[in-house]
Amino acid sequence: MSEATTTKPGGLADPAARKALMAGVSSEPGSAKPDPILKVDTIVRSFGGMTAVNVDHLEVQRGIITSLIGPNGAGKTTFFNLITGFDKPSSAGKGGAAWSFDGRRLNKTSAASVARAGMVRTFQLTKALSRMTVMDNMLLGSQDQRGENLLIAPFRPLWAAKEREIIAKAESLLERFKLLEKRNDYAGSLSGGQRKLLEMARALMSDPKMIMLDEPMAGVNPALTQSLLGHIQSLRDEGTTVLFVEHDMHVVRHISDWVVVMAEGSVVAEGPADTVMSNPAVVDAYLGAHHDTDLGDDALLNEEVADQLAEEVAAEEADREQTESAKKEGTS
Amino acid sequence: MDTIIGILEAMLRTAVNPATAGVVIAVIGLNIHFGFTGLLNMGQAGFMLLGAYGFAISLDQGLPFPVAILVGLLAAVLFAVLLGAPTLKLRGDYLAIVTISAAEIIRYVGRLSNLSEYTGGSQGLRGARYQEPFINLSFLSEDGRWTLPPEGLYSWLPSSMWAGETGGRILGLVVLVAAVAGAIFLIKGQRNRQKELKPGSDLPFAQRLRTGLAVSGLIFVAVIAVFYILPLTLDQTKSNGWWVRLVAWSMVGISLLVAMLLVRSPWGRLLRGIREDEDAVRSLGKNVFALKMQALIIGGAFAAIGGMVYVLPSTVQPDNMGRSMTFFIYTALLLGGAATILGPLLGTLIFYPGRILIREVADAYIPDSIMSSSQTDQFSFIVVGVVLMLLVIFRPQGILGNKRELRFNV
Repeated sequence: MSEATTTKPGGLADPAARKALMAGVSSEPGSAKPDPILKVDTIVRSFGGMTAVNVDHLEVQRGIITSLIGPNGAGKTTFFNLITGFDKPSSAGKGGAAWSFDGRRLNKTSAASVARAGMVRTFQLTKALSRMTVMDNMLLGSQDQRGENLLIAPFRPLWAAKEREIIAKAESLLERFKLLEKRNDYAGSLSGGQRKLLEMARALMSDPKMIMLDEPMAGVNPALTQSLLGHIQSLRDEGTTVLFVEHDMHVVRHISDWVVVMAEGSVVAEGPADTVMSNPAVVDAYLGAHHDTDLGDDALLNEEVADQLAEEVAAEEADREQTESAKKEGTS
Repeated sequence: MDTIIGILEAMLRTAVNPATAGVVIAVIGLNIHFGFTGLLNMGQAGFMLLGAYGFAISLDQGLPFPVAILVGLLAAVLFAVLLGAPTLKLRGDYLAIVTISAAEIIRYVGRLSNLSEYTGGSQGLRGARYQEPFINLSFLSEDGRWTLPPEGLYSWLPSSMWAGETGGRILGLVVLVAAVAGAIFLIKGQRNRQKELKPGSDLPFAQRLRTGLAVSGLIFVAVIAVFYILPLTLDQTKSNGWWVRLVAWSMVGISLLVAMLLVRSPWGRLLRGIREDEDAVRSLGKNVFALKMQALIIGGAFAAIGGMVYVLPSTVQPDNMGRSMTFFIYTALLLGGAATILGPLLGTLIFYPGRILIREVADAYIPDSIMSSSQTDQFSFIVVGVVLMLLVIFRPQGILGNKRELRFNV
């Protein structure tokens, strides 16, 4: 995918390299990163008297997984909306809100241009386009289609080649997300978890430099959570920066290289997962004293159980593939 | 028997009427707005009226024919930009409110007595003031009448089997049923073969072409059979003869083709995406406002052409293209099936003759003491309204619509 353009030699697929990269970064809120892809300054959004977001400074490191956590109402989604152009900050005056992505200022940029610049987001409430097929959903995600120009659209030969190219790309992405069999089904017929997968796959059609996932695991069953986590990690390994909002602490601990904690609209702490979660301020504000205790519903806490689960999933898949290929042989 | 033939003839005359063709084109435009993009345009008749005025007034003022068409189109495009600019960034309901009132404004301006020198006021612009250039374009003979089907087609048959004779009608009916059944059979067969294929791949082009040609051939035979049962004699040219019908239905064909090419392109895919969820499309880097504006303009341009076709054989009467016209257009669209390509054609061809059928049947079989002939006309609209309600409740996807698509609430 976009490996060549965004991954630096040495790569960040290696956990040790990521650790070394972030080792020198201080755990103060708003600390400077070695190579920030996203920089945010004085971004304020208030609804009437209530200030939903008030972030002084935040930098997001390129090429790693950063997770954004915080209690309900901390302003995480509003913050997402602001930096992706779906909402406008109310801090226009007084120093002014300023944020830049990959060196490009985004203050007055529309949501569409933000996406074109390479920062693509998904939504907390999935926005699968129900009455369109899975394939059509995917094809919409692709940028620079000549056929989307009204004057070129009626003349098929002018865009047929590009169409074939993006269909092939969509197929490979769907295969990766295990949705290829559903390609001609309406997106409305997918389950909640499959819609999350579809939305993520659709966002990847444009080869984004940075992908912002708003609660990708909400309402997804544990087995699928595993594979979603795997997808997010492989995205990072291929050089895409990931920023995501998540409530499940085990998930956050499992995959994030850096954690940013928001409370009441501002960034209260950041740092590597372990450091942040032992920070007394964070524990007080959000996690509660028993955040380390397994409440019995989540196998991710225990590495052994997680491995076992992964093995089971793999075995099941292999089994299914076998029966399928047997079926195919039977029919042909 | 004569009454039945009379009713069928009235239906056929309505079905081939240029006004019906004009409405079909306007429905195609509304399908782009409402069916594909999800824009709730409640003023499609306003676009038609504006196109008709632009066209007729330009001709009346002595501008050349192609310029007049351009003026009509430009008026509709300008109208679309004017209505879309403030409303397309807001929620869908605002467009509905603005379009319905703007369409009424156009109609009332058309009725103004101060402007009657140009628009003819509430009397409308008489056809004689603008039809001349169009009639002069005709390559058919100036006077004289012509019958479909032409006599050469059946003169070899025994005279009892000629078009319009009882034997001919039976023959035509048999051919009609056979052709329609054959076409349906071919289409179903093709669909089944497509289903058996691995998803995503298409049938070979040659096979699709063969089926396509066979189906169009059968439809052509069916149309000829209809005229075999009910031969139609009209002026060749004049203001309301074969010439204007030829042009009107050719325009319908071209509009269907253009609409099909547009909605089956990536551009059409974007429109459907906007219909489903604007924010999702925005998050994928697409300029939603510009696309909605394009859709509004294209659909409005179709309506303007429809309006021009509508007024070609008659007059520009503003009250003919008022609110009720907008609702007829919606009815025809929902009947045929929104977001389908042939739905607008089928819906209009059922809606208009269907209303005539109800009116004529009520006229012929309900005694005057219960319902006078002026009441049967209104009765037909009541029945149409009830049918529309039943349609929306029991078959919301219309005749051609895909039921699977509607299972998912947006």
